Amino acid sequence: MRQTIAEKILSEHSGKRARAGDIVMANVDFCFGQDGTSGMIVDSFRRMGVESVFDKDRFCMVIDHSAPSPNIGVSAIHDKMRGFAREQSVRVFDIGEGVCHQVVPESGYVTCGDLVLGADSHTCTYGAVNVLSTGVGSTDLAIALASGKNWFKVPETMKIVVDGKLPKGVYSKDLILYVISDVKADGATYQSVEFYGQAINSLSVDARFTISNMAVEMGAKSGIMAPDRKTMDWINKHSIRQPRPVEADEDAKYLEIREYDVSELEPQVACPHTVDNVRPIGEVLGTPVNEVNIGTCTNGRLEDLEVAASILKGRKIAKGMKLIITPASRKIFLDAMKKGYLDIFVEAGAAVNNPGCGPCVGTHQGVLADGETAFSTANRNFKGRMGNPNAEIYLGSPAAAAATALAGEIADPREHKRRL
Amino acid sequence: MAYAHRLKINDDINTDYIISGRYKFKIQDEKELAKHIFEDLEQDFHKKIKPGDFLVAGENFGCGSSREQAPVALRASGLRAVVAKSFARIFYRNAFNVGLCVVECETNYIDDMDELELDIDKNLIKNLSKGVNIEIEPVPRIMKKFLESGGVVEYFKSHGGFDDIF
Repeated sequence: MRQTIAEKILSEHSGKRARAGDIVMANVDFCFGQDGTSGMIVDSFRRMGVESVFDKDRFCMVIDHSAPSPNIGVSAIHDKMRGFAREQSVRVFDIGEGVCHQVVPESGYVTCGDLVLGADSHTCTYGAVNVLSTGVGSTDLAIALASGKNWFKVPETMKIVVDGKLPKGVYSKDLILYVISDVKADGATYQSVEFYGQAINSLSVDARFTISNMAVEMGAKSGIMAPDRKTMDWINKHSIRQPRPVEADEDAKYLEIREYDVSELEPQVACPHTVDNVRPIGEVLGTPVNEVNIGTCTNGRLEDLEVAASILKGRKIAKGMKLIITPASRKIFLDAMKKGYLDIFVEAGAAVNNPGCGPCVGTHQGVLADGETAFSTANRNFKGRMGNPNAEIYLGSPAAAAATALAGEIADPREHKRRL
Repeated sequence: MAYAHRLKINDDINTDYIISGRYKFKIQDEKELAKHIFEDLEQDFHKKIKPGDFLVAGENFGCGSSREQAPVALRASGLRAVVAKSFARIFYRNAFNVGLCVVECETNYIDDMDELELDIDKNLIKNLSKGVNIEIEPVPRIMKKFLESGGVVEYFKSHGGFDDIF
């Protein structure tokens, strides 16, 4: 049969033998919207003239991008989402519950072998747990919401094999930035990316989420991983549905195979204003930074907070530095509290936000001033992304972010090696 | 007469540039939204566009966020089509879903303010200023149907679903 993971999942969901290039109509296992896209989902759904959603247990909305609401316009959108949720008896994750890409898998809505649509471009995140998940616009999401289906172009697949053992102080964020710098922002457009290799296998599921999350930054439709014992443990602990693990056939057809070795990798930093403008941290050390953002759907998970806490413990951030920390979900917030990380952050001088997207998308909770520079653990550094086109954004790992917050300039986390 | 408009940057024009996140929550009126397109790259860019004009760019147009406000704002600005070497996939879907035509072709030989004519059925753009015809990638049949209906919602409504599209 010789199929990739994407071809297999689309075959199973369409009832047809799906091959790259085909267009198929497929059943969707789960779909969702966030507060930047749900207003238009509701509008498109209403325009379709359908009375009720296809399955009230297979859709949710997450209020995360601008939460709590910073202005009247956003409040109206949130109100509209809550109203629609009441009317259709669907779940809404309200302010403070977390980022969609953390709460959706954490709440068990996705499982291995699923086909998932989200009205958010980073929906590819769940590829880490063997889900074919991809971002769409609001109207596409409304189509799925009304009918339980949508049309899909079966993607070609790029196989990425990452071998070697990541050195101390170098993380899955550095790995994916390194890959993106090679593939480039459009190198995998419309493709499904499959990740393999020793370096991927040795990562925790949380660290794998960081990698799949950023697949869209090279244009990919999904960034999917084969299931292993760690995947199954994670899924069995969280998912409310039966997993259907999917592996690619050994002789599946790949458009391209790229191989990397990360044994000697340095921490990586994406420089303004594109995600593929990546340099080893050594080349940007000493760049003055005004604001550090630790959190987001890329790096706001417990082990991200843990590494930041181990660097910040008992220390104070640089004078004039704004350190903003946003746990990705309420569960992570509570766990971080129990483990004492929040005490460490606050004592170090950080402002800790409620769970959600934080300052990532530039609508609230840390908008930059003209001429300011941010170092963020997020996934995008486009001009204007954090609310101000006259500011600059660097991206890197939570460890690099914490080291930077202490130094007041871009700093190498390996300086704190004994704490890592 | 319809003209080409180019921005100062060519490749990887992302949806944050098309319409900033600052506005996606604030403005529900698409005509208002259209006044802010490409604002972070070039002030008052929208004023240059006359109904029927074209936006011309390089590779990977529309990368980044899935915000549908991006193609909606471009359509509301009066553009006949966006012409680029390639498009990011979410933007490409969103565009046809909301009734904005986008076409792929070699764009190196289209300069700012060249006069253009698009014939989507003949897979052709005529560059009248340069006297050359540029071949475009055929627009998939499914996308043409959405455009003819004025968008995917309208298609879905008038056909009671997608079943007859394949």
